[in-house]
Amino acid sequence: MKNKFFLFTSILIFLIIFSIFYKGLHKQNIYTPSVKLNKKIPEYSSKLLYTDKIINYSEIFDKENFYFLNIWSSWCVPCRAEHDLLMELSKNEDIKLVGLNYKDNTDNAQKFLKELGNPFNIILVDIDGIQAIEWGAVGVPESFLIHKKKVIKKYIGPLDTNLLIQIKSLIK
Amino acid sequence: MKFFKLLISFILIFYLNNAHADNIDLNHKITKNLRCLVCQGQSVYDSDSDFAISLKIVVANKIDEGLSEKQIYSYLKKKYGEWILYDPELNKNTYLLWLLPVLLFLFGGVIIFKRFKIKN
Repeated sequence: MKNKFFLFTSILIFLIIFSIFYKGLHKQNIYTPSVKLNKKIPEYSSKLLYTDKIINYSEIFDKENFYFLNIWSSWCVPCRAEHDLLMELSKNEDIKLVGLNYKDNTDNAQKFLKELGNPFNIILVDIDGIQAIEWGAVGVPESFLIHKKKVIKKYIGPLDTNLLIQIKSLIK
Repeated sequence: MKFFKLLISFILIFYLNNAHADNIDLNHKITKNLRCLVCQGQSVYDSDSDFAISLKIVVANKIDEGLSEKQIYSYLKKKYGEWILYDPELNKNTYLLWLLPVLLFLFGGVIIFKRFKIKN
C-alpha cells in the first residue's frame, strides 16, 4: 500500500516536471520587448535642438493630430538607413514628425540633418537618455505612433517600406 | 560656542554623508534587481550599455525624489513590463513559481515525519 503511494506520487511529480520542461522547450526564450499599446504619453519636458527653449510634452502632442515620434542619433547607423523613409513620411500632411535626439552631440546632430534633410516638425534633445526611458524605449532607432495623446503603435528598430505602408494606412 | 559650531558642522557632514551612502546602497540594490533589456544575461548594475547607464541615472533621480524601492519597481514595470525585474512579484502569473518550492518542502517534510513515526 505504502509502496504504491510512493510510486504514484513519484510518477506524478515526474510527470509535472516533465510537462513543465517539455512546454519550456517550445517556448521562445529570446527577449522581445513588450509592446504595450494605448499607453498614455509620459509627462515630461524637454529642450529643443535649434533653440534652448524648454517645452512640455503636453504642448507638443495635441488631441487631433497623428504624431510620429522617432528616436534617432547621428552616431546610429540604422537611423541613417531609415532616414529616407522618414523624409517620405514627412511629406504626408496627416502626420507630424517629432524627433528625439538620443545621446548625441548637438553639432553632429545638426550636420546629420543638413546632410540628409530634416523630416521633423520639432526635435527634442535627450542628452542622458532619460526621456527615452520615459517613453519605454531601449535604444535607437525606435518609433512611436501617437494619437489622442496615446501611443497606438511602437516600432523597435529601423523602419522599412512595409512598415511605412502600414503607418500610412493607419493614419488615413 | 565655537566648539558647538564645530560639533554641529561635524554632525551635519556625517549625517549627510550617511544619507548619501544610503542612497547609493539603495541604488545598487535596485539596479542589481533590474534586467538590462539590451544585453542578455546582465543586470543594469553590471552593464555599461547606453540603456543601462540611462536607467541608473533614472533610478538615482527617483531615489532623490523620495520614491521607495517598490514605487520605482512599479514605475519601471509600467514602462517595460514585469520582465525588467529579476525578482518577480507574487501575482496570479507567478504564484506557482513562488509556492511550488514551499509545497515540495512541506511534502518532503511529511514523508520524513511519517517514516520517523513508523520507525518509532
